[in-house]
Amino acid sequence: MNFGRFFRSTVGIATLAALLVALPFVAAMGGQAWVRILDFAILYVFLALGLNIVVGLAGLLDLGYIAFYAVGAYTWALLASPHFGLHWPIWAILPIGAGLACLAGVVLGSPTLKLRGDYLAIVTLGFGEIVRIFLNNLNAPINVTNGPQGITLIDPVSFGAFKFSGTTQIFGFAVSGPQKYYFLLIALAILVIIINLRLQNSRIGRAWQAIREDEIAAKAIGINTRNLKLLAFAMGASFGGVAGGIFSAMQGFVSPESFSLIESIMILAMVVLGGMGHIPGVILGAVLLTVLPEVLRYGVGPLQMALFGKMLADPESLRMLVFGLALVLVMRFKPAGLWPSPVRRRELQETGK
Amino acid sequence: MDIFLQQIVNGLVQGSIYALVALGYTMVYGIMGLINFAHGEVVMIGTLVTITVAGSLIKAGMPVALAGLAGMMAAVLVCMALGWALERVAYRPLRHAPRLTPLITAIGMSIVLQNLAMMVWGRNYLTFPSFLPSVDFELAGAHFTAIQVIIVLVSAATMGALLLLVYRTKLGMAMRATAQNPAVASLMGVNVNRVIAAAFIIGSALGAVAGVMVGAYYEIAHYQMGFMLGLKAFTAAVLGGIGNLAGAMLGGILLGIIEALGAGYIGDLTGGFLGSHYQDIFAFVVLIVVLMFKPSGLFGEKSGDRA
Repeated sequence: MNFGRFFRSTVGIATLAALLVALPFVAAMGGQAWVRILDFAILYVFLALGLNIVVGLAGLLDLGYIAFYAVGAYTWALLASPHFGLHWPIWAILPIGAGLACLAGVVLGSPTLKLRGDYLAIVTLGFGEIVRIFLNNLNAPINVTNGPQGITLIDPVSFGAFKFSGTTQIFGFAVSGPQKYYFLLIALAILVIIINLRLQNSRIGRAWQAIREDEIAAKAIGINTRNLKLLAFAMGASFGGVAGGIFSAMQGFVSPESFSLIESIMILAMVVLGGMGHIPGVILGAVLLTVLPEVLRYGVGPLQMALFGKMLADPESLRMLVFGLALVLVMRFKPAGLWPSPVRRRELQETGK
Repeated sequence: MDIFLQQIVNGLVQGSIYALVALGYTMVYGIMGLINFAHGEVVMIGTLVTITVAGSLIKAGMPVALAGLAGMMAAVLVCMALGWALERVAYRPLRHAPRLTPLITAIGMSIVLQNLAMMVWGRNYLTFPSFLPSVDFELAGAHFTAIQVIIVLVSAATMGALLLLVYRTKLGMAMRATAQNPAVASLMGVNVNRVIAAAFIIGSALGAVAGVMVGAYYEIAHYQMGFMLGLKAFTAAVLGGIGNLAGAMLGGILLGIIEALGAGYIGDLTGGFLGSHYQDIFAFVVLIVVLMFKPSGLFGEKSGDRA
């Protein structure tokens, strides 16, 4: 069984493409809610791959990744909503959002360059919390973020007259808003996958991996660790910024609640659970951790009814309980993630002996 | 000046609670290099167990103070068992796994414990029975209540006992040896598994004491209360230099005082631009600033660049 080779063959790519095109229409049979879940799954793939650059490639443990997502989301929300009466086009907002997120990445990265491992983790975590607290409270004395109420009526993504919200007829098909976003997100995800792949074996990517394995050795062979670590932060952050912008437009609403620490942790869990530093693994992790809670949401209630004839436990808490247990169990039996890179698996087996 | 003293007192009380929780993080981290994200949840469960046990004992007619003590004992026992189980079930199998794996497990356990607590105690705020008459003392213009005095005294006593345990007993020596080098310690006849389990159990007991005190102080408890408390306490542990017992204590008290002073003065300092709801920011801003200049915390050992 060699998935890698299969997906590289023409037939494989064609099958995969056909599946990806058909997916939103199949999901729509179960209701638009499922298409929306798919959209989020891909958005999280995008985010997880962005974080994978920081954590997986460069080995910098970042627990505040959601802050960059928040920067992107609020940039879009402020520049394309009635809140300030601005309605800028996507060509302007998305680069500004990515740029600001990138700047935030450098701002966070530069004072933390000396820190190692867990010290870095707690500082990034603190940074994420600071951003969230500011979003929550910057409604007075000047109302910038509208506080906990968040910003509503955000413009959807649109290219000229083509809007991504509402249903349009394309070649006689009725394509719904979430389905259109699906294709936009797939395109973006493919872009970030290509960037990740190209980075992995580039000079920069190899330098990152060297830093991850041993920073002092990396420095000794002439790698500029300071600039490269900053670059990793900046690059991961810009991806977060772009994802945030799309999130904002897709939801039409943002509030600080969407950017809490648990979100950062979830994205990290996607990266680690899937298989850190291994692109297919990260994609798998992101899709699983987005879809699993939703499946549980619909499945836990009826399952209890079928098994015991009554609701024994609150389905919402039971769903999260099962989710937490799943995290623990996967890590217990697959410590390197569900789909680790072959190199990593080999290393683990060797040390395991 | 009165406000200043008052905030120092408030900060000291809050800080002693942070310090107790921070010790749980730092002990586990010092010995096995793991951030036990579920520790805040252990504290939360300590509070909720006390409410249930003490509440039902009071209803059964037991004197309030005695019921409170019994509730605390119950909480300590439950949390010790929980700490032991956490280590045994979730972390021990992963001792040689990649570094981030136990972190995700810890997060998973934290989610599990939170939702278990929600199933058992419900999603509403619970009121903590008041054990003590609300007596008010005044000293040099600062007011404090009986519970505040007790919190500081109990924390000090607990921390003293911990220091005795770590620096004066055989188990403590084994713990320090394991923290330095588990492999060599085991060659010297230290049962590393038992030492690690002991660290979890002791840390959880301290967490339970802290949980009871948080409950008694704010007289309110909730299944989500452990998260922010745990986060702050962990920040305190890092501030003091994680893995260092004295560092965790001083870091906790420092953090409590900084927060209280910050919340009291931020309005005046910024001309009313930032209000006291920015209180939570202080912990993190101070942390970042300190780590910029002292990358391994205030009292942490300088971890030299090792190849």
